[in-house]
Amino acid sequence: MTTGSTSRRQDLHPAGAQERGGLLMEGVTLSLGDGDATVTALDDVDLAVAAGEFAAIVGPSGSGKSSLLAVAGALTTPDAGRVLVDGVDITRASSREKARHRRERIGFVFQSGNLIPALTALDQLRFALDIAGKRTGGGHDPRELLDRVGMGHRVGHRPHQLSGGERQRVGIARALVTRPAVLLVDEPTAALDRARSDDIVTLLAHEAHGFAVATIMVTHDHEVLSHCDRVLSMVDGRLSE
Amino acid sequence: MFLAWRELVFARARFGLMGGVVALIAILVVLLSGLSSGLVNDGVSGLQRLPVNAFAFAEGTQTDSAFSRSTVNVSQATAWKGRDDVGDAAPFGITLVNAKATTEAGAQVPIDLALFGVEPGSFLAPAVSDGAGLGDLDGIVVSQTVLDEGLAIGDTVAIDRLGTQLKIVGTTGDQRTFGHVDVAYLPLRSWQQVHAGAGPGDEARAGAYEEVTAIALRARDGDQIDLTGGDAAAGTASMTLDESFGASPGYTAEISTLTLIQVFLYAISALVVGTFFTVWTIQRKHELAVVRAMGASTGYLMRDTMIQATVILAVSTAGGFLIGVGGGAMLATTPMPFALEAGPLVFAALLLVGLGLAGAAAAVGRIVRVDPLAALGGQR
Ligand SMILES: Nc1ncnc2c1ncn2[C@@H]1O[C@H](COP(=O)(O)OP(=O)(O)OP(=O)(O)O)[C@@H](O)[C@H]1O
Ligand SMILES: [Mg+2]
Repeated sequence: MTTGSTSRRQDLHPAGAQERGGLLMEGVTLSLGDGDATVTALDDVDLAVAAGEFAAIVGPSGSGKSSLLAVAGALTTPDAGRVLVDGVDITRASSREKARHRRERIGFVFQSGNLIPALTALDQLRFALDIAGKRTGGGHDPRELLDRVGMGHRVGHRPHQLSGGERQRVGIARALVTRPAVLLVDEPTAALDRARSDDIVTLLAHEAHGFAVATIMVTHDHEVLSHCDRVLSMVDGRLSE
Repeated sequence: MFLAWRELVFARARFGLMGGVVALIAILVVLLSGLSSGLVNDGVSGLQRLPVNAFAFAEGTQTDSAFSRSTVNVSQATAWKGRDDVGDAAPFGITLVNAKATTEAGAQVPIDLALFGVEPGSFLAPAVSDGAGLGDLDGIVVSQTVLDEGLAIGDTVAIDRLGTQLKIVGTTGDQRTFGHVDVAYLPLRSWQQVHAGAGPGDEARAGAYEEVTAIALRARDGDQIDLTGGDAAAGTASMTLDESFGASPGYTAEISTLTLIQVFLYAISALVVGTFFTVWTIQRKHELAVVRAMGASTGYLMRDTMIQATVILAVSTAGGFLIGVGGGAMLATTPMPFALEAGPLVFAALLLVGLGLAGAAAAVGRIVRVDPLAALGGQR
């Protein structure tokens, strides 16, 4: 965090990919439900995504893709194994510490943007900085970032005044504004048409590389996989290249 | 704070509706509070303004009608006066009469009076703001409200049936009423005569000049009167001044009705606010899940909602009170028993805001149960 964060602080330009910890998962197992209904959502998963790497995960419905994001994003505690984000072990943290890891180290991009209805595009980003305690420094400049994702002309618009693709762009900027080490993206193109989907995934690839963020994207959309550095597939809770 | 304020503005119609309900309740609370104060004044201000800590009534009188039923002997005052914790004790008489006043212009005005019989030299004798004090057997000192009705010092009052002529010699300058009837102080001897039903010039039956309603007691400075001990010694049944309010006509029924209505209003207000914030939280469940997934602590989100509740409650209560006090000021000029008093109003405002916050706090607990995991996937 020390050398990495000071050099990242300067501006929006790419930082050296090797400075950051990225994501490391080792032997992660997760069972959901109880009794007869127990499902092994993640079965001994090992995964390393380096800073600046853009990995995609594909797989049939119910194979455990969202579960993997939940564990990587400190939303769920695995039954076994460990998860390191930017070199920090988040596996056994209390829920209070997990919230802190999420706001300081992890960015989420949700299926349909999931923006806050009351906030303008600019305020979505400011709000993320407010939660992370980075309004006075430590994050990106929200205006510059919105400009960078092609939303500079819509900073004052609320979610209901934006198109699906524009919402997703704001959602990506919101996830990045706190300078997370890991970006977790859940089916970002589910609600978008072909051209729009391509734009969004291109943008994600660009930012993952540009900001040196370890990025994992779950998707059903095989057409966008060409933009990814790596494609992993998940079947019945097991992960393979 | 960041989200709280922006959401207030964004959802202003919804917050405005709830604030409107709270403001309407606040108006009602002000009016009822004014009505309560007015009724208390009309009912017992005559007693409240007596420099008295307790009354000793006849043994065995019913509590709720003691002022009309009780008869004690003036000598019982002596028994009380001798006690260490009693600073002063004096005989005191109360009778309600119908009378006719004759104004200087010669007009006849019917008037009801609560006659307070007191010894002119005793500690019960009223201070006057205008005119003369008690002294002459036919001189009465009246509540300011009598003069407000158009009578003046110097006018005469004739008690119905008896024909006793009394003359207004002074006024207390403030409202003194008892059971919604204006108080007139008169010398104890004249009171005893009226009480015994003796007309002018008649000699009352034997013993009438020994009888009064109660013995008024004042504690020695810094002392608390031992009422039980005193009752045993003097053969009386005493009540503190506050307890004696319940012995004045209609007082308990009026006050408990109004209190009940107000309690309901406070409960309704707390429920409305609690319900609003419950629905508000449920509506934003997905949004809250997203914000928690982003790493906001539950404390951060609860604080935000409580800020919203505080702003809405403060603004709507203040608005309602302003309207209520404005309307109440107009009511206060009518003959309706209505009085706006700062103390009860401030208390009511704080209670309204406090209970609203309690209602919101109960709803806000739901935020803890929002699972940030729900932000993942398309589960809306
Ligand atoms: N709360 C739960 N209790 C029990 N089982 C669950 C729970 N949540 C998910 N599961 C099960 O865990 C498995 C993995 O679910 P997950 O949501 O990770 O799948 P997914 O790969 O994201 O599917 P999709 O592509 O449909 O989103 C599924 O079989 C699912 O039924
Ligand atoms: Mg899923």
